[in-house]
Amino acid sequence: MAIPLSYSWRNLLTRRATTALTAGGMALVVFVFTATLMLAEGLRQTLVATGSPDNAVILRKSSETEVQSSVDRSSANVAATMPQVAVDVEGRLMAAKELIVLISLTKKSGTASNVAIRGTNYASLELRPQVVLKQGRLPEPGSTEIMVGQSVVSKFAGVGLGQSLRFAQRDWTVVGVFDAGNTGFASEIWGDAEQLMQAFRRQSYSVVVVKLSDASDFEAYRSVIEADPRLQAEVKRERKYYEDQSKALSRFLKVLGISLTAIFSIGAMLGAMITMYSAVANRVGEIGTLRALGFKRREIMLAFLAESLLLGTLGGAAGTFFAAFLSFMTFSTTNFQTFAELAFRFTLTGEIASWSMGFALFMGVVGGFLPALRASRLNIVEALRSG
Amino acid sequence: MLLVRLAFRNAFRHRLRSLLTILGVMVAILAFGLLRTVIDAWYSGVASSSANRLVTRNAVSLTFSLPLAYKEKIRAVPGVTKVCAGNWFGGIYIDEKNFFANLAYEPQTLLELYPEFVIDDADQKAAFLRDRKGCLVGAKLAKRFGWKVGDNITLRGTIFPGDWEMTVRAIYRGARSTTDETQLFFHWAYLDETMRANYPARAGQVGFYLVGIADPDKAAEISKAVDAQFANSLAETLTETEKAFQMSFVSMSEAIILAIRLVSFVVVLIILAVAANTMAMSARERTGEYAVLKTLGFRAPTVALLIAGESLVLSLTGAGLGLALIIPCAKAFGTFMTDFFPVFAVSDQTILYGLLAGVAVGVLSGVYPAWYAARVRIAVALRKVG
Repeated sequence: MAIPLSYSWRNLLTRRATTALTAGGMALVVFVFTATLMLAEGLRQTLVATGSPDNAVILRKSSETEVQSSVDRSSANVAATMPQVAVDVEGRLMAAKELIVLISLTKKSGTASNVAIRGTNYASLELRPQVVLKQGRLPEPGSTEIMVGQSVVSKFAGVGLGQSLRFAQRDWTVVGVFDAGNTGFASEIWGDAEQLMQAFRRQSYSVVVVKLSDASDFEAYRSVIEADPRLQAEVKRERKYYEDQSKALSRFLKVLGISLTAIFSIGAMLGAMITMYSAVANRVGEIGTLRALGFKRREIMLAFLAESLLLGTLGGAAGTFFAAFLSFMTFSTTNFQTFAELAFRFTLTGEIASWSMGFALFMGVVGGFLPALRASRLNIVEALRSG
Repeated sequence: MLLVRLAFRNAFRHRLRSLLTILGVMVAILAFGLLRTVIDAWYSGVASSSANRLVTRNAVSLTFSLPLAYKEKIRAVPGVTKVCAGNWFGGIYIDEKNFFANLAYEPQTLLELYPEFVIDDADQKAAFLRDRKGCLVGAKLAKRFGWKVGDNITLRGTIFPGDWEMTVRAIYRGARSTTDETQLFFHWAYLDETMRANYPARAGQVGFYLVGIADPDKAAEISKAVDAQFANSLAETLTETEKAFQMSFVSMSEAIILAIRLVSFVVVLIILAVAANTMAMSARERTGEYAVLKTLGFRAPTVALLIAGESLVLSLTGAGLGLALIIPCAKAFGTFMTDFFPVFAVSDQTILYGLLAGVAVGVLSGVYPAWYAARVRIAVALRKVG
């Protein structure tokens, strides 16, 4: 017969302060661990959601980001008029020839950061169904009107509806605020491509984004474009393109987060070990009695491991619980690759929650294993005598 | 004296537990120190900037260029001693993973403006200045890729298309420990001439100007004078001190820095939890002993001091070990993270804060048990033991 779980549980309850401190230490570690995973996941989801599976992006060869790329007008026309490009209900090509420039804006916190301005045309919105006008109206084509993403509105000063921004020697009126959900577009400002190109004196577009009539045409489309010596262009799936954009930042977040939690978890496991060793030391007599009653070594060991696992469960549950509140927060930082501000959410998924709980249990097992082993190895007679 | 000896004896009575506590504190102080070093590394560009240098860039954003014609106009501003045209090149060496900073500068003025880039060999320096396709690399960068003077390397341009061949002509080392030794500099003329041949529209454009000034106190005045020259032109400028310029990069990632700062406090909290846990346990176990001490005539404050001393012994031993390990660990971590942090050195301040954290943990984790022991009533405590 095994020692009931309630025995282990009651032991934890008797030493409330110690239990709370140990579980608290573990909870802090789990919190940091979960927050890291949530951040990396949020970044991934944001950038994956930014790209659509049947869109293709045409960039200048070997430029890694839209900001670095340039596609001149004739090349853009060639790319936009391929037979694979879809046509909308009005018979127009679903091709957005866009300009991306970075401008420096002041955040509400007072520091400056780069914001991407996207010069768009009629197709830009159709290609990104995630982008929906929330307030105001769409900018008139051919005017100096702009609309801003909701992350820009919430993070930067002076970009509200009706206000105007001054850059490239012109004043640009904000006539709309758009909701781009949890995507990178939410951190952008959109205006008319031709107007912006004149203002910034650019001769060429940055990218061309096209919707393919069939996603399976991608390879055919790519091989034609990349083989064309006039273009010197590179074609990527939009989703792949945005995933690549996040590589440096997500690698950095992961390396930092994982190395931190690795170090912390050592601290927390030591904490659990101290607690469990003292639990064993305090109950030597009790363990002797249990053994005398006929409980086997394995059962004693399991009882103490269960106690340590319960400790881990408490810590893990508390850590994950508090980390879950982070989902209400957005995190905003400069993406190293594009140099533009990018806002994303802390995102908690079932997978992350189970990783966190698993990690907490792992800490519990590692912390409790040696003390439990020691408890099970105690000699009955000596244990009884010392009690 | 007796008290100190007693505190030591007590601290090591439960050898295993004390060892674990010390290890816990050690790991935590180590983590705390490394985190602070990460933050320092972030600010290394700011720390190594000079008050004698200004940076003039396009007012819209760094991604816009300035005409080459501005150079002489800036030089004509009173107080300006030297002007150097520069461009962030952003080239890739073989693979994207090999990221390092590479910039195109006018070599002569660059070396004059940056006395901290030391080229030990005068021949190397002359060779770098002479060869239009020559480049100057930092000692750490050269070591990372095993480059030697005379090696030919090719960078693939991301902003400036094409394959750019150059020869390593000189290797610099930093005059101070905070100098970035992971950069590559090549001739601005090489960049401009190649652009002129292949993309004439992009020639004659400068990413930013480094401006040397004689009197750092006049920095604000001179900045204003430079910007006033180009107000309402096609490319308005923004001139700021090198420090402010570097700071603008740091502030881009302020959210991450904030997160790291928070985490470093969490670390201290974790150590506190571990240490407080140990002390609470000792105090509870030894309730009887305290009663005996009190019966013998020791006063409550003395008993409390004894416990606080024990706690300090544990936490300071751990903190000492942690601090001793910081420098070798930072070195290992630094080589691992060299892509992100060109300079990764532990500052004296970090050591000091680590020590303070150790003391704070010792005191704070001892407070409750000390108070508990001082307050415990002799009869009750003795009865518990009996």
